[in-house]
Amino acid sequence: MTAIPARPALFEYAPAAESRSIVALRPRYGLFVDGEFTEGTGTPLKTLNPATEEVLAEVSTGSDADVDRAVRAARRAFTRVWGPMRPADRGKYLFRIARLLQERAREFAVLETLDNGKPIRESRDVDVPLAAAHFFYHAGWADKLVHAGLGPAPRPLGVAGQVIPWNFPLLMLAWKIAPALATGNTVVLKPAETTPLTALLFAEVCQQADLPPGVVNIVTGAGDTGRAVVAHPDVDKVAFTGSTEVGQSIARAVAGTHKRLTLELGGKAANIVFDDAPIDQAVEGIVRGIFFNQGHVCCAGSRLLVQESVHDEVVASLQRRIGTLRVGDPLDKNTDLGAVNSHSQLARIRELVAVGEAEGATCWQPEGELPGRGYWFKPTVFTDVSPAHRIARDEVFGPVLSVLTFRTPDEAVAKANNTTYGLSAGVWSEKGSRILSITSKLRAGVVWANTFNELDPTSPFGGYKQSGYGREGGRQGLAAYLQGDNQ
Amino acid sequence: MSDRLAVRKTYKLYLGGAFPRSESGRTYEVTDAKGHFLANAARASRKDARDAVVAARGAVATWSGATAYNRGQVLYRVAEVMEGRAAQIAEEVAAGEGLSATRARAAVDAAIDRWVWYAGWTDKLAAVLGSSNPVAGPYFGFSLPEPTGVVAVLAPQRSSLLGLVSVLGPVLAGGNTAVVVTSKERPLPAVTLGEVLATSDVPGGVVNLLTGDAAEIGPWLAEHADVDGIDLAGASGPLAMELERSAAGTVKRVLRAPAEEPDWTADPGLARMTPFLETKSVWHPMGW
Repeated sequence: MTAIPARPALFEYAPAAESRSIVALRPRYGLFVDGEFTEGTGTPLKTLNPATEEVLAEVSTGSDADVDRAVRAARRAFTRVWGPMRPADRGKYLFRIARLLQERAREFAVLETLDNGKPIRESRDVDVPLAAAHFFYHAGWADKLVHAGLGPAPRPLGVAGQVIPWNFPLLMLAWKIAPALATGNTVVLKPAETTPLTALLFAEVCQQADLPPGVVNIVTGAGDTGRAVVAHPDVDKVAFTGSTEVGQSIARAVAGTHKRLTLELGGKAANIVFDDAPIDQAVEGIVRGIFFNQGHVCCAGSRLLVQESVHDEVVASLQRRIGTLRVGDPLDKNTDLGAVNSHSQLARIRELVAVGEAEGATCWQPEGELPGRGYWFKPTVFTDVSPAHRIARDEVFGPVLSVLTFRTPDEAVAKANNTTYGLSAGVWSEKGSRILSITSKLRAGVVWANTFNELDPTSPFGGYKQSGYGREGGRQGLAAYLQGDNQ
Repeated sequence: MSDRLAVRKTYKLYLGGAFPRSESGRTYEVTDAKGHFLANAARASRKDARDAVVAARGAVATWSGATAYNRGQVLYRVAEVMEGRAAQIAEEVAAGEGLSATRARAAVDAAIDRWVWYAGWTDKLAAVLGSSNPVAGPYFGFSLPEPTGVVAVLAPQRSSLLGLVSVLGPVLAGGNTAVVVTSKERPLPAVTLGEVLATSDVPGGVVNLLTGDAAEIGPWLAEHADVDGIDLAGASGPLAMELERSAAGTVKRVLRAPAEEPDWTADPGLARMTPFLETKSVWHPMGW
């Protein structure tokens, strides 16, 4: 491992910790079923603050029987209340939820950062505002579905079983629940086992909004609980965000059933920098692309493809910029990189980085100490990476960037598409015609030009190839929750 | 009756724009609805299916890269050529499906009209399925439908022409290339469609027609890593479930088959096109 000498810090930062007093953590949390908090009958789990390994709370988990109770509550709510409700009223409930999320934004942000380890700057400025925006956007759709181009009388599917990951706990909840409810479905949602707390706080918001009982049910737990949600015979639609491996097993599980399925799975996005790109801007985008949320991002720009003529300039500038990133206390408002979410994820990152070194790529990390407790990994850049290396093929899901080079646009496109994934990609160039030509050739569901990791409820998000199918967001995202002439 | 000795035809596969026999050398007997011998058809093998996938993959760049207008023109030309061969195809439909000449001809007419309908879709999909996305930032956001890639199509077993056209047309209109396993017992209209395609302007490899048994070839296509989607129209019951499970291993787009073969004369809507279209969302910068 080589390290460049640390430059003197440009600025010294005094700690600027966000207070956690706004969050009233309870020692124990239950499931949220039929409008009430209730004890689950599975084995309880403990959720940690990954930055300190402090136990935040004990959370009960859903057994098969609990999942069945939740699905039956969702079915009752669908049949008796939510399905027959005037669409405009469904929309008003979603508007209420959006407003409550905005009102309690700081509380959600702090809790998310405690449970997930992401910097407060991101939970405060990205996760929570986007979650609120997602409810706001879909609230407006509830009474306009006949105009969505999905046939003259689109109908809800029924009960949606939704399983979400730990990287954007509240935001993924919003991506799942907002479109499901706007289209008239009811939901049983299982948050990730390491990050259940904001979903349970969201359950409080549902109560505050007087959302009818059973419309939203939150069943916490690990893989077994998720499998029970997916396998329940009275679930009409399954939506999953997570790893490609689990997505494949879910697709197998719903084969031969009536259940509709959307999958948002892994990625290994190419971020392509041409020699005419604004390099400083590109470097910021590369940093945002791979180090946002510690790289725990399915659409992360984990493969940097740099045109050979600017490779040295880009890598030098990138290393200088990474040297100024602050890794540490996620609640500190200056922090750029927080904690890795779990011990097991840290182990996976370490394993793949070790493989990268063993396969002959050159590993670079900035100097500096990491905190003694908690799960941490330095921002890492691999150069001399070949397309055959595992760090160029496997999703690391951590702050690890692989740098490859290309000479011609054709080569850039061929290398970018040389992956089983196809979730996202980036292009950096000052030439608009080149941007549009390259984006049209990339086999990826989201392509950013001169930016990266931008998300918006109006912009459909989802993958090509083994990154999954179905879209979330935009008019197109509604199709996943409706049956109509075009479905 | 003339005493002229008829020139009988050898029925072959349509693969990569050519008409090879099955590499396995196998054939099987095709009979009419009453069980009388009609012809020997090539019985496609696993190797034929894999060759067909290679041909279909090779044609993706050409077909998906053609302008939507051009694809529409090419598909419309297919309908023109079909119209010229309508009498022959109607005889094959009548024999295979046991229909009267009138009803067989009606099925052929409906199939040609269905093809024309899909030909007209190529340059409208982007407008109907795409969008301009008013994102909260200095970007021009837009989403466009793009073809999924190579689609395996298990054609309906009963409706040998209208059913076939109803599943193949949508795959092609979206810009995909296709590997089709025809109706096993009624393959002759598909063989003739292959000749129609070969004499139209459809590039070789865009459509590959394998006569044979979906239960034998389907599993290889369902698990094939270079097949992006599969239409299970010609599979049913346990086979359909097995193929869907197998397709999960490569996250294929799967279009399930209903329990009973549907009435193919019904208005198809977009339901057979959207499963094999991806949505790409682009964020293009705006600035001075």
